[in-house]
Amino acid sequence: MSESSSPLRRDDVAKVARLARLTLSDAELDLFTTQLSQVLEHANDMNALDLADLEPTAHPFGLTNVFRDDVIRPSLAPESFLSQAPDAEGGRFGVPRILGEAP
Amino acid sequence: MKTAQQIATAVTTGASSATAEVQASLAAIAARNDELNVFLYVDGERATAAAAAIDERIARGETVGPLAGVPIAIKDNLCQIDVPTTCSSKMLEGWRPPYNATVIDRLVAAGAIPMGKTNLDEFAMGSSTENSAFGPTRNPLDPARVPGGSSGGSAAAVAADMTTISLGSDTGGSIRQPAALCGIVGVKPTYGLVSRYGLIAFASSLDQIGPFSKTVTDSALLLEVLAGYDLMDSTSLNEPTPSLVAHVNDGVAGKRVGLVKELYEGSDPEVLASVAKAADALREAGAEIVELSIPELSLGLSAYYLIAPAEASSNLARYDGVRFGNRVDGADVTAMMEATRTLGFGAEVKRRIMLGTYALSAGYFDAYYGQALKVRTLTINAFAKAYAQVDFLLGATTPGVAFEFGTKTKDPMAMYLNDVFTIPTNLAGDPALSVPFGTGEADLPIGVQLLGPGRSEATLLAAARVLEIADGRP
Amino acid sequence: MTQLPNGWEMVVGLEVHTELLTKSKLFCGCENHFGNEPNSNVCPVCLGLPGSLPVLNEHAVELAMRIGMALHCTIAPSTFHRKNYFYPDQSKDYQISQYDLPINANGYLDLPDGSRVGIERAHMEEDTGKTTHVGGSGRLAGADRSLVDYNRCGVPLVEIVSAPDIRSSAQARDYAAELRGILIATGASDGRMEEGSMRIDANVSVRKAGEPFGTRCEIKNLNSLRSLQRAIDYEALRQIELLEEGGTVRQETRHWDEVMGETSTLRVKEDAEDYRYFRDPDLVDLAPSQAWQDAVRAALPAMPAERRAAVVATLTTPTSAQLDAVEVVIDLGLERFVHAVVAAGGDAALAISRVANELAANPEQATSLDVASFVTTLSMELSGALSATQAKDVLATLLANGGDPEAIAKAKGYEQMSTDSLGAIVDELIAANPDEWGRYKGGDDKLAGFFTGLVMKATKGQANGKAVVAELQQRR
Repeated sequence: MSESSSPLRRDDVAKVARLARLTLSDAELDLFTTQLSQVLEHANDMNALDLADLEPTAHPFGLTNVFRDDVIRPSLAPESFLSQAPDAEGGRFGVPRILGEAP
Repeated sequence: MKTAQQIATAVTTGASSATAEVQASLAAIAARNDELNVFLYVDGERATAAAAAIDERIARGETVGPLAGVPIAIKDNLCQIDVPTTCSSKMLEGWRPPYNATVIDRLVAAGAIPMGKTNLDEFAMGSSTENSAFGPTRNPLDPARVPGGSSGGSAAAVAADMTTISLGSDTGGSIRQPAALCGIVGVKPTYGLVSRYGLIAFASSLDQIGPFSKTVTDSALLLEVLAGYDLMDSTSLNEPTPSLVAHVNDGVAGKRVGLVKELYEGSDPEVLASVAKAADALREAGAEIVELSIPELSLGLSAYYLIAPAEASSNLARYDGVRFGNRVDGADVTAMMEATRTLGFGAEVKRRIMLGTYALSAGYFDAYYGQALKVRTLTINAFAKAYAQVDFLLGATTPGVAFEFGTKTKDPMAMYLNDVFTIPTNLAGDPALSVPFGTGEADLPIGVQLLGPGRSEATLLAAARVLEIADGRP
Repeated sequence: MTQLPNGWEMVVGLEVHTELLTKSKLFCGCENHFGNEPNSNVCPVCLGLPGSLPVLNEHAVELAMRIGMALHCTIAPSTFHRKNYFYPDQSKDYQISQYDLPINANGYLDLPDGSRVGIERAHMEEDTGKTTHVGGSGRLAGADRSLVDYNRCGVPLVEIVSAPDIRSSAQARDYAAELRGILIATGASDGRMEEGSMRIDANVSVRKAGEPFGTRCEIKNLNSLRSLQRAIDYEALRQIELLEEGGTVRQETRHWDEVMGETSTLRVKEDAEDYRYFRDPDLVDLAPSQAWQDAVRAALPAMPAERRAAVVATLTTPTSAQLDAVEVVIDLGLERFVHAVVAAGGDAALAISRVANELAANPEQATSLDVASFVTTLSMELSGALSATQAKDVLATLLANGGDPEAIAKAKGYEQMSTDSLGAIVDELIAANPDEWGRYKGGDDKLAGFFTGLVMKATKGQANGKAVVAELQQRR
């Protein structure tokens, strides 16, 4: 695991861009590396704290067990969304060729 | 100028008509929209038809609802059936949702008339509305300055008297900050009080929809209409809708108010002066002012700027050109997704997606996102401790008045610091509001912030009413 | 079973995904149904439209708990996490799944041969849409473009991950078969591999006994139990060959080709995908109350192992052929017929045989067959009133049309004489033919035919030959 206080490298940023399906120009890569580093530096004041005893909060009020009944509700009329699909054929969404299997 | 409450009464009693109110609103929009770029889409035909329908029902003696015939502006990150909804992004330009956000249904059921969609920072990411893909919105009080963000359009709509009320959303201050910069009231409700179904998500654990208005009572009225349990939102609070309008004039006698150092220090002198005067006004109305320090609050900014982008990076993954939105073709599906997202998203959105993806990625999760969630706990505990001593808190909403275009865009950190007073409440999930109080540089409005524990909106609105009266708006 | 050469041992873990038999999807109210028009069962939630939010299906949680309990797992408070990756069949470009806090963990499954396979976890997650590929052979590779149908997107799944305790392809097959039986018995799944409601991936590695685990490969596209067994054997041998030649096994996902009978590389796993798991902020924690858990446990039906044991117990010394027949009975869930026959004092072995053969010929009709009529038919066969062939024919008619076995037998002219009236006729004929009877009694077996013929003439062919002989022998 990386040290949180080590500077953000251009390589890291390029990897992250791929993960996020974004194409960045060289100039953008440089700019983002600098800007993200600044934000992350601010995060170091958090990392200086010993918060080992604290539970993380993902949700402000600890709601639990929210359910819906297993009943069928009306689906959307296909026209309502297929008409706005970038590429639709025979009721399905068309995409350019997929190169790899699903993870 | 009538308030929303007065419009509803007039329409209901026949003193006015929904049609007349909609016409007036359309005229006000037409007068300044080109100059201010408030509305991205004006829904004139539908609004006129809706008004006619309401007038018909009233003529038949039907009860229409608490917002009968009241025109309202809707922030363009809320889904409305068949109405262009863009989130101020090229990604969604031209998209018309096939469904309504729950709040839209509730508004329509109350008789309100949506007038169109207002401008915002793209995908609600920003504090000035300069990040919109369709041009910034100008502050109606000084068009050379920003209206704030991300709900700049909705704030401007009310400030420019195009509508008396509007809807915004607040993730780190995006209702309260523009309310302060535009001199109007803005409320961020308790997390879960208002359904998020149909609000295009930015940061799911922080986002809340809330009202803008000129008067405190109008915000109370609108919030009563919006609030309530929704089966379609798992984070919706399953509790009775609060009674707010009835308590707006309760006053603050006997209340203990915490004046929190970390919620105003570093502000411009006029802002500090406003906060001090607001404390005086509350004291004169019978409240006890307690000076407090909550040092944990200063960590909020760092935690927020990891949690919000992390959630956003995941929420915005669905914009991939496959099912909806503007696709840019590619040789294969991955190339298509990359091209679509690269061209469809603006710089700030990309920046936050990158930051969020990084914070969640393998090897960095514990240090960034994981740690931020613990700081969140710290913040919640700190507020809880404060609320054991006092009923609500007072502070500034923003460090300064509306700034000029382009002054903060070069440095993201500078822009982020705008949210330093508003962010902690989003982390805690608690309610807070901004109410105009005093003016500053160039006679521009200042807003002071009232913060309370979960579900304390009635208390906050009553206190805001005290300040409203003290500031000369009885 | 393929024996591995040179002291090699295979190590296998299975991942089974099963669709749950709920009416609606996991996080929305769209119908959970196989085979509708494309994109006709979708809504803003499962289509991943901007602004949509998930809400958890309570019945899916109940079915997941049943599965966990049937597999002896601990039911624990759990959370939903987002598994983030881009793929066109994933409408939000993340899957809502469970990660470090799954609902069910640390269970086991006992197989009929007595071995035990550990169950690491059985967690809940949503299914993806389906892609069809255009151009090329219809497979992904070589296609120009693909078409996506989201009807299946959001269907509830439980993913059951076994420990790497399996040591042979036969054991893997038994595990899969037993698990399938359990899933069907809980009512959580219909176990239809061919329809895709139950999918199996196998993780296979090899080692010399006693050595640490080798590098494993994941095998996909196993559409039947037979494919599962064949693919595991192939893959184990492939890895052994590779290692004995001095090569190394690359960690990867491989595709099983049923026609060619081999696995081939789908995707190399060197660069493990970074899923950036984090708790889904749109959902809240899941902590089924003790009362709910107790109610689910109390209502859990008997599992195949228990049901199998109960049927086997009706036999004194079961042969291997009988055990196979019992398997068929359990698999079809028709053991009530056997138990009813036994309770009525009938013959268990006969009952098992008739269920495993005659009823199994038409399982759908068998489920609605009246148990009492089955019991009656078999007792008629046992008493000799019906021959074996006639009994089978009556059963076939009952399956097709229902009705009363005695009436059917009569209509077909199968009606046999009661033992008493037959006995009376035999007595009459014995009295009328004392010489022949004397010789038969003396040991001349051929005369059995003489008397049988007389009986047949006297009864106009209604008598059952075996019954006649029984009567004769009784009086000998």
